[in-house]
Amino acid sequence: MTAIATSRALMDGRVRYRALALRRTALLAALLAALCISVCVDMALGPANYTIQQILAALFNAASVSDQLRVVVWDIRMPIALMAVTVGASLSVAGAQMQTILANPLASPFTLGISAAASFGAALALVMGTAILPFAVTYMVPINAFLMAMAAAMFIHFASTMRGVTVETIVLLGIALVFTFNALLSLLEYLASEQALAAVVFWTMGSLTKATWGKVAITALVLIVTVPLFARQAWSLTALRLGEEKAASFGVDVRRLRLTTMMTVSLLAAIPVSFVGTIGFIGLVGPHMARMLVGEDQRFFLPASVLCGALLLSVTSVVSKTLLPGAILPIGVITALVGVPFFFVLIFTSRKRAW
Amino acid sequence: MVAIALEGLGARYGRNTILSDVQTGSLPGGSLTAVIGPNAAGKSTLFKRIAGLVTGPGRIHLTGAEGEDAIRYMPQDTGGNAVLTVYESVLLAAKQGSGWRVADHELGEIDAILAALQIGDLSFRGLGELSGGQRQLVSIAQALVRRPRVLLMDEPTSALDLYRQIEVLDFMQRRARETGMAVLIALHDLNHALRYCEHTIVIADGRMRAGGATAEVITPAMLREIYRVEARVETCSRGRPHLIVDNTAA
Repeated sequence: MTAIATSRALMDGRVRYRALALRRTALLAALLAALCISVCVDMALGPANYTIQQILAALFNAASVSDQLRVVVWDIRMPIALMAVTVGASLSVAGAQMQTILANPLASPFTLGISAAASFGAALALVMGTAILPFAVTYMVPINAFLMAMAAAMFIHFASTMRGVTVETIVLLGIALVFTFNALLSLLEYLASEQALAAVVFWTMGSLTKATWGKVAITALVLIVTVPLFARQAWSLTALRLGEEKAASFGVDVRRLRLTTMMTVSLLAAIPVSFVGTIGFIGLVGPHMARMLVGEDQRFFLPASVLCGALLLSVTSVVSKTLLPGAILPIGVITALVGVPFFFVLIFTSRKRAW
Repeated sequence: MVAIALEGLGARYGRNTILSDVQTGSLPGGSLTAVIGPNAAGKSTLFKRIAGLVTGPGRIHLTGAEGEDAIRYMPQDTGGNAVLTVYESVLLAAKQGSGWRVADHELGEIDAILAALQIGDLSFRGLGELSGGQRQLVSIAQALVRRPRVLLMDEPTSALDLYRQIEVLDFMQRRARETGMAVLIALHDLNHALRYCEHTIVIADGRMRAGGATAEVITPAMLREIYRVEARVETCSRGRPHLIVDNTAA
């Protein structure tokens, strides 16, 4: 009798685990389906609205649609829709791994000052005409933004490697960076001409409308290179969530893992911000949404973060086109407006859960 | 059978020496060795040094086992508030350094460990929902799932009620005998050391102060010097030694 009960219990654990894994895989598939739908809707909406059938025809049978539709879909709307996907995914994964290695639910490119640093870099170019790389004047706005974002990320990283620096200190340093770069940005705005001020304000609001295939390719490439790097460390990164000492006891080289992850995350956070400006909350809310759906086993959490971030920004892109007919609102404004209530819901509905 | 011996072992954090000159004879597998001493004596540091998590002088002689997984450290910290189930957290310990695919026999191993510790009913509870004692049992499962040959347990019973303390120590003693594993266990309850551990090492102020057979190490003189208490070790009617504390030492 006891042997039968024990054997049933053993079977039960195995079966239940397999069922859990299957349910999570189904959730990932559902997120992917939702993302595909959102991207199609995003491409259908604009000054001239198209049906989903027309969009699908333009995508899969381009010869069957008019030249105008083909150009609108392939050259104008698809880069924007895919930019939303790649930027959302990048910021979300960056936030997810920042939260993992810093053991802090508030860590994200936005809250650690990386976005603020990028804004300051862009404003330097727009207001002062200062190119940090003098030979790249044509692209000085994104390059300045990228270099400042990387500098901030590296500062956070090297601070985190100093002796006696805790994860709480890192978050405080990040907040200090946000205030510093915001103050510097305000100073530049104060000194700016009317035209430059408008450009800075527009940039800091974040926008996908300047997306090009080139920018999409670069952000996608960074994502394609970095996500497998995290995937290879899936067990180690998950172990880190049990605490530094526990992870080390499992054989994880915690110091090295933090270092490599932070460097990769810096790239992942800096590239999209330099192209599209400040887009907050995706890097914060995307990982939390993924965590609520699939838990923190990185084998599920990592793809879920990619999909949640991409879906959130894609849906936000749709919302930004539909709120005011005929106008596309800056996406950074919408992410905050959508993100804050969503974040409140998350906080108040998941108080019993960790983070 | 496995055996471990420490030769002039010390530990450093940066330039600070935290532990020095720990010297033991051969600590054989199949039994429990107590590591005792006051708070902040250096017991955890000793374990971390043996596990290779901190550096320092000296040598560790391990016979009868090899490989990265031979020595495993179970820290006092039972882990953060990760959104993971108990089952996943034990799987996580088992799968470090291997691929994403999880084989049926690996899951079977986890089921067996959880059943042995009688926490199978917690398998699909979130870590955040567990009590301190339950977390400690999960930590033990995480440590055992990789079948270490030497297990270093840092105060594994500190959050457990009396029944669970006895249950866990009985289990560890049985497990050590069955598998030939050497278990070094940091304990504050010296009666547990007297009851379960063949050998005892005393650490105080970052140095080893005594070591050997438990009955020879836990003496009134040692207790007065290290713990600053007046105490006796008396044998009860069942022939077991018990520690009786009379007072704090003047």
